[in-house]
Amino acid sequence: MADESTDPGQWPLWEVFTQPGDGKPHEHAGSVHAPDAELALQNARDVYTRRGEAVSLWVVPSAAITASSPSDAGPFFEPGNDTPYRHPQFYKVPRGVKVF
Amino acid sequence: MTPRQTPSVPAAQEDPGKLAEFEARIARGETIEPKDWMPERYRKQLIRMMSQHAHSEVVGMLPEGNWITRAPSLRRKMVLLAKVQDEAGHGLYIYCGTETLGVDRSELVDQLLAGKAKYSSIFNYPTLSWADIGTIGWLVDGAAIVNQTMLAKASYGPYARAMIRICKEENFHKRQGYELIATLSRGTPAQKAMAQDSLNRWWWPSLMMFGPSDKDSPNSAELMKWGVKRKSNDDLRQRFINLTVPQAQAVGLTIPDPDLHYDEASGDWIPGPINWDEFHQVLAGNGPCNRQRMEARRRAHEEGAWVRAAAAAYAAKQQGRRGAAAA
Repeated sequence: MADESTDPGQWPLWEVFTQPGDGKPHEHAGSVHAPDAELALQNARDVYTRRGEAVSLWVVPSAAITASSPSDAGPFFEPGNDTPYRHPQFYKVPRGVKVF
Repeated sequence: MTPRQTPSVPAAQEDPGKLAEFEARIARGETIEPKDWMPERYRKQLIRMMSQHAHSEVVGMLPEGNWITRAPSLRRKMVLLAKVQDEAGHGLYIYCGTETLGVDRSELVDQLLAGKAKYSSIFNYPTLSWADIGTIGWLVDGAAIVNQTMLAKASYGPYARAMIRICKEENFHKRQGYELIATLSRGTPAQKAMAQDSLNRWWWPSLMMFGPSDKDSPNSAELMKWGVKRKSNDDLRQRFINLTVPQAQAVGLTIPDPDLHYDEASGDWIPGPINWDEFHQVLAGNGPCNRQRMEARRRAHEEGAWVRAAAAAYAAKQQGRRGAAAA
């Protein structure tokens, strides 16, 4: 059996973001466990980019991410839902005129 | 974790308002995300199902790994190495998805190594010939694609997303397997016989991969109610049979089922009865390779302990140096 005292236990968790192509934004792909950032990058490469899925990788300690809460999603995003005048459809233009 | 646990939090004890809202979300086809409220039973069922799935990917590397050193050409060897590496990746995708349910991967691995977790019974069968590598890709990965295509629409977001990623890769697995079998089937009489023998041994266990008939499946109804599964075990099995029979015919191999016949009315290939005693025996640990598989997993885990320790020590040393440099 493995000696428990030499087994450091679970490595920290890192969230992985891949950029699928030049000019595209980085997207969340999943997570990996790794003891440090350098190995997190290597593990992320081996797990998430075996078929050229990325031209760039980010790894971020999962603990460093602060996320909005689903239970507050309604009020939290309300300011953005409450401003229809930010959308072009809000404005009426004379019929037959090509605006764009 | 046992696959037939009784509910630890009966539905009656869940907040009825939250439960109704949750079930309404499922009914509207919404995706459930890790931080959303979910019934404890949904969480437990997902942990059970997803961890079994992840374990299956990892244990599934063993029967194929058996042939890497004996692949007949460099091309086949590179393909097999890439496929086995993919299976490790699939295990990691799903473990990562399972961890979003508040369980630690190391806990799940410990359960597997302690023999307390289940994995797909198919991987307790031996790979006796090179043709088995083709048959596994063709039938086992073919069955997995049918199942996982459905799971790509599962109600739990992280599971569905892992399945989408996996399905893309499984198509390579299936095609390389079918190509291998097609090549053997048009080879020498001995090669064709090897392919037929392999189909004979793997056909029935592949049908069993979809699980017991719906009337005998303890988890199916609940998983379907909550949108984790969208189709029944029997429907998926039928779809797999309908896809596979013409593929066997195309390469001149015979499905080892004298009762198999085409039903004009439904358009289905109807199989003979499945030997569920065998399935339950293998699931209970009495398959041909159960002990061997677990021994191999434990040995790999123990022999990898020094690598984990070294990586952690290196990370600690680097961190110490950065700290010293900053001071």
